[in-house]
Amino acid sequence: MIGKGIPRKESLDKVTGYAKYTADYETPDMLHAGLVISPHAHAIIKQIDISGAVKMPGVRAVVKGENLPLTGEELSDRPPIAYDRVRFHGEVIAIVVADTPYLAERGAAMVKVQYELLPVVNSPSEALRQDAPLLHPNLGEYKKIQMVYPVPGTNIATLTKIRKGNMKKGWDESKVVVEEKFAFRPSDHAAMETRCSFAQIHPNGTIEITSSSQAPFLIKRLIGQYFNIPPGYIRVNTPLVGGAYGGKSSTQLEILAYLASKAVGGRLVKILNTREQDMLTSPGHIGLEAIVKIGSTNDGNLKVAELLYFWDGGAYSDKSIDLSRAGAVDCTGPYNIENIWCDSLCMYTNHPYAAPFRGFAHSEVLFAFERTMDVLAKKLNMDPLELRYKNAILPGHTNPTQVRLTSSTVGNLPKCIKKLKEIFNWEEGQLIELDDERVRAKGISCIWKNSTIDPDASSGVILSYNTDGSINLISGVIEIGTGTKTVLAQILAEKLKMDINDIHVQMEVDTLNTPEHWKTVASRGTFMAGRAVLAAAEDVIHQLKSLASFILRTRVDDLEVGYGKVYVKSDSKKYIPIKDIAYGYSFPNGNAIGGQIIGRGHYMFSGITYLDKETGAGNPGPEWAVGAQGVEVELNRRDYTYRIVRAVSVIDAGKVLNEKMAVGQVMGAMSMGLSFAGRETFRFDSKGIVLNPQLRTYRPIRFGEHPIYEVAFVETPVKDAPYGARGLGEQGLLGMPAALGNSLSAALTVNINYLPLIPELLWKVKEGG
Amino acid sequence: MAQSLVKKIGVSLEINGEQRQVEIRPADTLLYVLRNYLGLTGAKPGCLNGDCGACSVIVNEKVYKSCIMLAVEAVESKVTSIEGLSDSPIQKAFVEHFAFQCGYCTPGFIMNTHAMLLHEPHPTYETIKEWLSSNICRCTSYQEIEDAVFSVIGRDK
Amino acid sequence: MLAANIEYYKPATIQAALEQFYLLKNKRKRPIYYGGGTEVLTLGRLNLIETDAVIDLKGIRECQSFEFDQEYLITGAALPLTYIEEKNLFPLLTSSSMGIADHTARNKITIGGNICGQIFYREAVLPFLICESKAVIAGENGIQIFALNEIFNETLQLEEGQFLLQLLTEKRYIHLPFVSIKKRQQWDTGYPLLTVAAVKVEDQIRFAFSGLCPFPFRSRKMEDELNNLQLPLKERISRALLQVPSPILDDIEGSKDYRLFVLRNTLNEIILDLEGK
Ligand SMILES: Cc1cc2nc3c(=O)[nH]c(=O)nc-3n(C[C@H](O)[C@H](O)[C@H](O)COP(=O)(O)OP(=O)(O)OC[C@H]3O[C@@H](n4cnc5c(N)ncnc54)[C@H](O)[C@@H]3O)c2cc1C
Ligand code: FES
Ligand code: FES
Repeated sequence: MIGKGIPRKESLDKVTGYAKYTADYETPDMLHAGLVISPHAHAIIKQIDISGAVKMPGVRAVVKGENLPLTGEELSDRPPIAYDRVRFHGEVIAIVVADTPYLAERGAAMVKVQYELLPVVNSPSEALRQDAPLLHPNLGEYKKIQMVYPVPGTNIATLTKIRKGNMKKGWDESKVVVEEKFAFRPSDHAAMETRCSFAQIHPNGTIEITSSSQAPFLIKRLIGQYFNIPPGYIRVNTPLVGGAYGGKSSTQLEILAYLASKAVGGRLVKILNTREQDMLTSPGHIGLEAIVKIGSTNDGNLKVAELLYFWDGGAYSDKSIDLSRAGAVDCTGPYNIENIWCDSLCMYTNHPYAAPFRGFAHSEVLFAFERTMDVLAKKLNMDPLELRYKNAILPGHTNPTQVRLTSSTVGNLPKCIKKLKEIFNWEEGQLIELDDERVRAKGISCIWKNSTIDPDASSGVILSYNTDGSINLISGVIEIGTGTKTVLAQILAEKLKMDINDIHVQMEVDTLNTPEHWKTVASRGTFMAGRAVLAAAEDVIHQLKSLASFILRTRVDDLEVGYGKVYVKSDSKKYIPIKDIAYGYSFPNGNAIGGQIIGRGHYMFSGITYLDKETGAGNPGPEWAVGAQGVEVELNRRDYTYRIVRAVSVIDAGKVLNEKMAVGQVMGAMSMGLSFAGRETFRFDSKGIVLNPQLRTYRPIRFGEHPIYEVAFVETPVKDAPYGARGLGEQGLLGMPAALGNSLSAALTVNINYLPLIPELLWKVKEGG
Repeated sequence: MAQSLVKKIGVSLEINGEQRQVEIRPADTLLYVLRNYLGLTGAKPGCLNGDCGACSVIVNEKVYKSCIMLAVEAVESKVTSIEGLSDSPIQKAFVEHFAFQCGYCTPGFIMNTHAMLLHEPHPTYETIKEWLSSNICRCTSYQEIEDAVFSVIGRDK
Repeated sequence: MLAANIEYYKPATIQAALEQFYLLKNKRKRPIYYGGGTEVLTLGRLNLIETDAVIDLKGIRECQSFEFDQEYLITGAALPLTYIEEKNLFPLLTSSSMGIADHTARNKITIGGNICGQIFYREAVLPFLICESKAVIAGENGIQIFALNEIFNETLQLEEGQFLLQLLTEKRYIHLPFVSIKKRQQWDTGYPLLTVAAVKVEDQIRFAFSGLCPFPFRSRKMEDELNNLQLPLKERISRALLQVPSPILDDIEGSKDYRLFVLRNTLNEIILDLEGK
């Protein structure tokens, strides 16, 4: 069962159109909300005139932002609805609630806002300038949680420091030093399903929200926290989610839906983002400026790394604080470096703010670091793969936060590199000239990622039997497309030695009856919920055995559960079918004992610690996933156009639980990484306006533009994970930008340190155009 | 300004083989009518701008993005949405080849592929690319979709 | 979805369409003609088109014809682009058409709508400009025929109430050697960074461009330079570049300088290709 390519459980629903996503639910009593959003990136709101909208027939309420609590996951800096000042293009200024979507839209168009424009902070480096306008003059007064270190009087929302080893020693030992600068702007997740939420307030005060989210339990917690509502009075439902990639783990639209419902006496109100709002108003993918300086000995032993990361967190810090911290934790590539100094600054800019993006700050950091590795290799006149192999991080080494690694925690990077070398035909050479104009070039990148998670994050599972011995599996993991719920069924089927078709998985999550799963992010679903499934399975096994021992008159520890039976180990002919006891057991005379068997299990990581403020020392998360990746391009040196021919990933998966789904996850992530690196970015004008908030002009990769993908796995088990599996949802993406950048830089013999890697950029860098 | 609330007209649409009477606004797109009036939510809104293909349906054997088509334009035509397909080879192939993850783009891809195969049972790679580049999938790598399509036309790329 | 209410009319004849237009006008409505509706619906959604009544031209027989008469290829304005591609009566047009939007969208986009649209690429007009086609226009004064190059100046110069009925292209142009190239910011979908259509008529190559300026155009001045065989190719191209009308686009698809770089390369490719033929 484990390892097999079982199609996802919800497959049929998805190919027939029956699968329901949030926006698919509609009832006649539902009202609809339209958003009024800011056309400016930074301005004082002088006046909001809602009179025209209020008078419109069919408009039920117009909600403005005064007197609302400040929100934000780690630092409360964001009014849910702007009222005195707007800080980014797309920020919400009012919500119009009306009978139909088109009336809501018309109403929103009737709201007139007067602005007084303010100077704009258009990049992290501008944000750092002495004379930069301050986005948050009250930064020092905002509420915050632990590990958040804002610098009041600046645009720094938080500063995370990593201090490991002795920098002076590192530089002294280094004979070769390189320093490179990098930059790219914020971009977007562009999930095909735009975010949608609807909310109502029941007469007893219960707030019920349905949302396309990766984190319904977080919504429950945050709405409770922001508005002072006891947790039992908030109920969040999540149907299937149409793509998320991190972007749907922030709580944003849900707050608006709640406020809208509150404004109409608790009636059901739905907000469906337009694509433009989804890109501008809801949080996107963080940008970065970086300076990477590394030193090595003459024979290529890395000695030191000095890193400066300036994250473009946008106008509000919400999740970018955590992102900037994660970028500090894994601030280098997966190498053994004794001396590391890193300052990771989460900067405020007048850009749309950030949500997590698949890879959680890692593809971004790796682009900078792994590009610099290639620059170093060149200076050393050394094969870039060799340089990486030589410095690969191993059990016994320490990471930047000074955790000593084991084979379980860090896997086997050298093995991944070796395998990549073979699959990728590295031996044939990095460059192959095809003719006068065209060249084939290869680029590589190593990857690693620790999933920094809350130390107290937990996951729970409930199993209940049906009368036929089949099982219902309920977990708080959201089915965002990763197939995690199918993998959980596989884990359970394996454990109980039963047919996977007899496991019925609840796809939707309702926080009222579903045990909590922290958030469906960070590739943590399989690990945490998988462990919870195993615990719950133990629980039912225990219950089944004790009941059976009584009926079969044997000792509990002589019994075994599997194949639909509880049987005696030494004599498998002596058994009782599970279906006969799943709902309790009835004796021939009518007496009955027991009852429906319900199993429960949960899991929480142990040993995760906060990071030290001054050095960053601490254990950030359970394990690293490592891997090595390559991208091959065919470039035309005359006009700088290129095609991606091939992309390869070798990933230490710990253990592959569902081969086809695992490969699909990795390939999908690779595709997203190449799309991000090769083409995607928000284009800002000098006033901070996003010029391309549509899929017409913000263009993800399409069919036929894709290369051939190859995926291979190495399996170094993680000690505590179900069957040893490591996270797999993000790894495929991590090295794609760097590998693509490295291939193009090699083909053109210049350093290309910006994204996206469009022909115009290549031309500019090469010809100084 | 005199804003009339509703200015609806009654039309009859043939959808998935059934005649459906609906009161619509002439300004309503086919996508809106399918989803909001008829409860056929298989066609998905992804951009309402003709860019993503999630809303694709078949009208008289041709595939259209239903967000850039007025419902009134489909009067007297045969509309097929994903709900009108069952057990088609391409649906099976999508399952077998893991050609979706979140599934949101899937109805659009399937309708488009289905229309292509109606039009051209043995398309070349170039034709497949030309047709299928009308849709965006953000989850898969497209290689899975390619495999599914090739399995239906019974040959390798 | 259009938030505003509109009325929808689908007249069956030219006369009925015109009458409907003026009737609505007299009722102080803001009628517009409707081809594929892709622009009406997408710009309308963003309140960039204001209308309260659309007159669908797809019911008019003349707008749907695609055939040769004695002298001309007749191309009806309400034909969807994919129809034109499938019939492939005019290979240059097929080729230019196939670069526009995507296949599914082109099932809906009409040639008339593309040429008359606000979205300034209007790539479908390029073949007609270099083949000196004629525009058949219906209006208050009945049906009139104009040389396209005279009536198309950045946009099709229609008077209120007029609509494009057909395009007429002399048969002799249909099978001339041509090139149609679309260059994008990256890869194979999206608006043009630069689209060029070129045809070789006798010994002269004619060129029309989209994506270079905020309007499509054909430039005689550029053609004169590019066809000046006295000079080396590089020089001809450099001189032609000086004749590009202004403003040259400098936007999210590409900077002005990069567009000129791409233009230079593309002209080079086209001339090398066509001069050999
Ligand atoms: C996904 C997508 C991608 C696109 N990519 C491109 C691209 O790469 N290149 C490009 O050039 N365009 C592109 N476009 C824009 C596209 O050109 C327009 O949406 C389309 O050309 C409009 O054609 P239509 O038939 O739908 O026109 P409509 O929306 O019906 O009309 C457009 C305008 O023309 C007027 N009109 C229509 N027909 C006539 C007529 N016969 N006589 C007089 N006036 C008329 C209408 O009143 C309206 O003002 C794209 C559009 C989409 C949806
Ligand atoms: S919703 Fe119709 S194309 Fe995107
Ligand atoms: S499967 Fe998620 S967008 Fe295609």
